Amino acid sequence: MSWEVVIGLEIHAQLTTKSKIFSGASTAYGAAPNTQACPIDLGMPGMLPVLNQAVIGKSIILGLALDAEIGKRSVFDRKNYFYPDLPKGYQTSQFEFPIVGQGKLEIELEDGSKKVIGVTRAHLEEDAGKSVHGLVPGQTGVDLNRSGTPLLEIVSDPDMSSAKEAVAYAKKMHELVQYLGICDGNMQEGSFRVDSNVSVRRPGEPLGTRAELKNINSFRFIEKAIEIEIERQIELIEGGGTVVQETRLYDADNNTTRSMRTKEDANDYRYFPCPDLLPIIITDEEIEAIRATLPELPDAKRIRFVSEFGLSEYDASVLTSSRAMAEFFEKVVELTEAKDIKLCANWMTSGFSAALNRDSLSVEQSPVSAEGLAGMILRILDNSISGKIAKQVFEAMWNGEGSADEIIDVKGLKQITDTGAIESLVDDVLANNPEQVEAYKAGQTKMLGYFVGQIMKASGGQANPGQVNKMLVSKLK
Amino acid sequence: MSLGKTEVKYISRLTQIDVREEAVEGVAEKLSNILELFAQMEAADTKDVLPMAHPLDAVQRLRVDVVTEVDQHEKLQAIAPAVAEAHYLVPQVIE
Repeated sequence: MSWEVVIGLEIHAQLTTKSKIFSGASTAYGAAPNTQACPIDLGMPGMLPVLNQAVIGKSIILGLALDAEIGKRSVFDRKNYFYPDLPKGYQTSQFEFPIVGQGKLEIELEDGSKKVIGVTRAHLEEDAGKSVHGLVPGQTGVDLNRSGTPLLEIVSDPDMSSAKEAVAYAKKMHELVQYLGICDGNMQEGSFRVDSNVSVRRPGEPLGTRAELKNINSFRFIEKAIEIEIERQIELIEGGGTVVQETRLYDADNNTTRSMRTKEDANDYRYFPCPDLLPIIITDEEIEAIRATLPELPDAKRIRFVSEFGLSEYDASVLTSSRAMAEFFEKVVELTEAKDIKLCANWMTSGFSAALNRDSLSVEQSPVSAEGLAGMILRILDNSISGKIAKQVFEAMWNGEGSADEIIDVKGLKQITDTGAIESLVDDVLANNPEQVEAYKAGQTKMLGYFVGQIMKASGGQANPGQVNKMLVSKLK
Repeated sequence: MSLGKTEVKYISRLTQIDVREEAVEGVAEKLSNILELFAQMEAADTKDVLPMAHPLDAVQRLRVDVVTEVDQHEKLQAIAPAVAEAHYLVPQVIE
């Protein structure tokens, strides 16, 4: 008998604000412990939170991108639990009236088909601090720098039925929040955290008990963790056991999940409206003003790149994998006056991307600007350099040796297009290879490649290959 | 609805409020009386009433997203019971 898998994801996206959600302390990552935790973040008696206006717009824009209802009256609640990294004894969150209501996100599956995943809600909340173990034996150290960092928790419907679908959804959301500029998406620094709720059931039966997989900071491990958890639950039930509701941690070294702590009281958070914060009221005018700033979303961009630029689906998807990549490409196309879009796309997806990968850089960190790359492509287009020489020029640009024109000039890489010069190269090679010339004339036409190779070598790769070919053929007649 | 001893002990654990064994019964009775009042209120028709989020009929004031706080950890940690390497120290929470 078969099993059905049910997965829902809770994604915590850290919003890109300068200051915290309820205080004026900095949210910059990596500061020395407790240097960015003010009395409000510490939960000192008498401190009152004041909401950061930036978090509202960032939440609304995600809501619009997910085609979701916007909570025009949203309320902050207290979620009560005791833990040392939560000095107030409650987390300020949203419960009954979140800022973003029911929405949806379309994902693409491996076979190319589409599936719509429901988004239950997205609510604003503050992050907790960080516990540090082992500082002093028998004690726990607490760093409250992260306390009060604004988070948008995006909760999906339990619509995913495999680890692959769950990862496709998580990746799509990751891409979306970065496109919208509301989250930097840095998983290593914890700016984008995915918790997976996994359960199994027999087809047609009610939902099984779920286990939650927390704190996994890569898509690859999320997929593996879900797969291994599905296997564990099925084996457990088939062996006569029952799944208990709990949080489990993924151990990447052993590819297993293990129980973190039983959430026996977990559902008893005793939520109630926070008396320190008034409801947030959002008007239709505010929503419409934000809608006007909505950038072109990845799916729309991908479709446009195919229809307007004539790119393949594959190239379009690589070029829209991040907003920075897409904008870089569009700038290169614009600066080269769209003379050869395919050539621009090839340079972006091969040479440029390869160099970024090699040096572990993001598009934003690229030492070659869109202007720089466009300048080089223009030299290919006007036959100043060949595609082969361009690779050399690109490397030099990457190493900071100047613009394409400067490098071509200094290194003397300009393509030889002068007919006389090419003719003398051709004559030399033919004179030095009488046997090969005979062979060609006897019908071995593939000798042409040999001659071209010799001529290109003699010219240091600078002879125009098209002209060389043409001249060879006419001379060998 | 009335609360028994088990529920009182459970709530006491959740809220981290110590209720002595001999006081449990009295607390159970008092809490049950409060719940009784809620039961009476439930008789009122609230179908078209928006749940109250705040007693004030006002809208949340917002602040501009700028950093206004400076590092004061030395001052703040001077009143902490225990500190090590700029961390606040608390009894160990994970075995």
